[in-house]
Amino acid sequence: MAQEYRIVLANAGKIDPASLDDYLNAGGYKSLEKVRTMSAKELIDLVRSSKLRGRGGAGFNAGMKWGFVPETAPETYVVCNLDEGEPGTYKDRTIVEADPHLLLEGMAICAHAIRSKQGYIYCRGEYPFVVDHLNRAIEQAKQSGQLGDFNIEVRMGGGAYVCGEETALIESIEGHRGEPRFKPPFPGVAGLWGKPTVVNNVETFANLPAIVKNGSEWFASIGSPNYPGTKVFTLTGDVVNRRPFEVPTNTTIRELIFDLGGGIPNGKAFKAVQIGGTSGAFIPEHLLDTPLDFDSMRDAGITLGTGAVFVMDETRDMVDVVTRIAKFFEHESCGKCNPCREGTFRSYELMKKIKTGQATPSDVENLSTLSKVMTKACLCGLGQAAPTPILTTLEHFSDDYKRRLLAAIS
Amino acid sequence: MIRLTINGREVEAPRGSTLLQACQLNGIEIPTLCYDPDLRLAGSCRMCIVECKNRPLFLASCVAPAEEGMVIETHSDQIMQARRVILELLAARHDFSCQTCDKNGDCTFQDYCYEYGIKESSFEDGGRRIYTVDDPNPFLERDYNKCIMCTRCVRACEEITVARAINVENRGHHSKIAVAFDGYLEDSPCVFCGQCVMVCPTGALTSKVSAGQGRAFEVDRVLTTCTYCGTGCTLELNVKDDRVVGVSSNREEEWSPVNKGALCVKGRFGWDFINSPDRLTTPLIKENGEFREASWDEALDLVAQRLQEVKDQHGPDSLAMFTSARVTNEENYLAQKFTRAVLGTNNVDHCARL
Ligand SMILES: Cc1cc2nc3c(=O)[nH]c(=O)nc-3n(C[C@H](O)[C@H](O)[C@H](O)COP(=O)(O)O)c2cc1C
Ligand code: SF4
Ligand code: SF4
Ligand code: SF4
Ligand code: SF4
Ligand code: FES
Repeated sequence: MAQEYRIVLANAGKIDPASLDDYLNAGGYKSLEKVRTMSAKELIDLVRSSKLRGRGGAGFNAGMKWGFVPETAPETYVVCNLDEGEPGTYKDRTIVEADPHLLLEGMAICAHAIRSKQGYIYCRGEYPFVVDHLNRAIEQAKQSGQLGDFNIEVRMGGGAYVCGEETALIESIEGHRGEPRFKPPFPGVAGLWGKPTVVNNVETFANLPAIVKNGSEWFASIGSPNYPGTKVFTLTGDVVNRRPFEVPTNTTIRELIFDLGGGIPNGKAFKAVQIGGTSGAFIPEHLLDTPLDFDSMRDAGITLGTGAVFVMDETRDMVDVVTRIAKFFEHESCGKCNPCREGTFRSYELMKKIKTGQATPSDVENLSTLSKVMTKACLCGLGQAAPTPILTTLEHFSDDYKRRLLAAIS
Repeated sequence: MIRLTINGREVEAPRGSTLLQACQLNGIEIPTLCYDPDLRLAGSCRMCIVECKNRPLFLASCVAPAEEGMVIETHSDQIMQARRVILELLAARHDFSCQTCDKNGDCTFQDYCYEYGIKESSFEDGGRRIYTVDDPNPFLERDYNKCIMCTRCVRACEEITVARAINVENRGHHSKIAVAFDGYLEDSPCVFCGQCVMVCPTGALTSKVSAGQGRAFEVDRVLTTCTYCGTGCTLELNVKDDRVVGVSSNREEEWSPVNKGALCVKGRFGWDFINSPDRLTTPLIKENGEFREASWDEALDLVAQRLQEVKDQHGPDSLAMFTSARVTNEENYLAQKFTRAVLGTNNVDHCARL
């Protein structure tokens, strides 16, 4: 039976999140004290060898990312991605609400590694209460001198999903249209205001205090060897326990849904699960034994994404669900690049056509070609991943499509 | 120099080149829509994509650095298909009215549709958005039914003219080029320089002054210097049937060292006086408050005689010469020579000095 294993949620429910003393009594800010005795290089090596990989979707080795920041850069920034725009994801909010100082400590640890004096937390626009909560914690940490000369400001997003993409997020902090930049240059070299910048997800930062405290070997030994540690998953949809779970990364999808999640309610049968958020793959029954680590998922053609787990029972129609998703992307495309701006719009049109029974097999063919091109040709991850639900449902749930086609009806 | 393989051929390119530059240097043509060598890179149209071995995504060659050992395919089946899809997506929002379009024959989008065989779009079932073509200014026609959202106009306005009159409005499929609050150009910081027209790869931005008078393949382009001011911008007069029907930019530094094609409203749109019926072509002499036509000899004699009278009665310093930037350097030289040597005064000045 799979078990929860808590690192980033270790204090959740045990301490009063509004109390700095509670955090200190639970050993808080000790890791930050410890890193101050280390050189930047030692710290980066420690994080790199822990094999901590980004929890915001791309799964990049955090220590390696920090290592891209030139050692001689006079000005650098630490940016925390709390945009959490992915529908069905609420893990970052959960972490920050339960333990805000954990995030601040994690960011300050990163600041030591890249010699930064200024950090920003980019908070989802729909989380105004989280902004207040964070500002209070920042004030406490500043007053008590925990952060030293590292300053943290909270910036609020305006509700655009694309602003979770790190370069669009940077543009947004700078006060521009929330549009991704082409890469390279990566933010580590030229980020916020053109200065070297580390952008990490909340959960990535929140793992740092424990890694500093317990060592990289400890962390590397938890879960799957290539993507060690834990991952917070948020369960939604047709599942009994719709709440966050922090589990080691070698837990399988099946264990997560059936052991921890309690399975499908009302005696219904499982049909599909979408992992990673709206742009995640739709996974059929036969892939449920895949472990929830980045590489195993990737090898099964799935992106781990943000940790959203959206379960669907046998009554759900994939065409219905995917049409809604296509609408989401048509709405959220920033419009910068051709294949996404026009492609998300036309995908939604074609999905509506299929849904209303007006499509022919050649429409499906068109949709599939368009989707494949978008995956490879779009400028940013939004457009590249937007077709995943279409492509994976076409692959695994083609009957739902076939039933709707004109040829099949007539 | 770095070495890489493009389409099976080993080629060299200077370190720091983009893949597009590496291709261009080696005679390999890559289609581009948003790329403009004089503007900040956008990397957004994705027409210039190429395939790179061991990279899962296509690379936009205009922004992707060329790296040692890369293995690139620029026209593989996959890439050709992707470009076709991109063109079809653009075609689905495009008002193809090439027959009456001033850009016909000089339109990058038309060229690519031809090259890639885009007769119709597989995506036009849902129809296209219709944009109103309504901007009462006298210079610039804005027809966003032909816009391909390359944002070259936005960048030219911001970076060359620094007017920042236009930008992208809205998001996703709803995005379009607009002035603030989607108003008229004349209510914006626009100075009607037409740099946006110069860089636009389609017929979305054209000159109202030239409309319908001649397409690129019908006109001779005569390289000359603008006569309006002392800056001396290079421009091309577009001549059809011995009439000037428009002005185009020559953006090559070698030919246009002063302005690299950039012009102001006068140079770009103020050329219609050349064939104006209001233009004086014979000298006029005023008698009893009325003008009458005269011959050049008669008029010049009269001027010489009157100048002589003033000089005799009041001395040479009672005369002054004020010259114009609208005439050539040589004519200005002659004017000051005439003032000093013939009239005998140093009272000579020029409007460009003001
Ligand atoms: C469309 C889009 C939306 C994204 N949204 C988020 C988000 O809400 N939160 C997040 O942490 N990362 C998001 N990302 C990933 C970020 O670009 C970036 O990879 C991440 O913040 C890096 O942090 P990490 O290395 O700690 O994962 C998004 C990416 C894309 C393409
Ligand atoms: S892929 Fe979509 S969201 Fe990303 S840059 Fe292109 S248009 Fe914008
Ligand atoms: S912009 Fe180009 S493709 Fe469009 S109508 Fe004009 S000439 Fe034809
Ligand atoms: S005419 Fe000049 S100022 Fe006006 S929008 Fe075009 S580039 Fe900008
Ligand atoms: S108006 Fe012309 S230059 Fe501007 S975005 Fe449209 S096609 Fe490009
Ligand atoms: S020319 Fe490279 S993306 Fe437009």
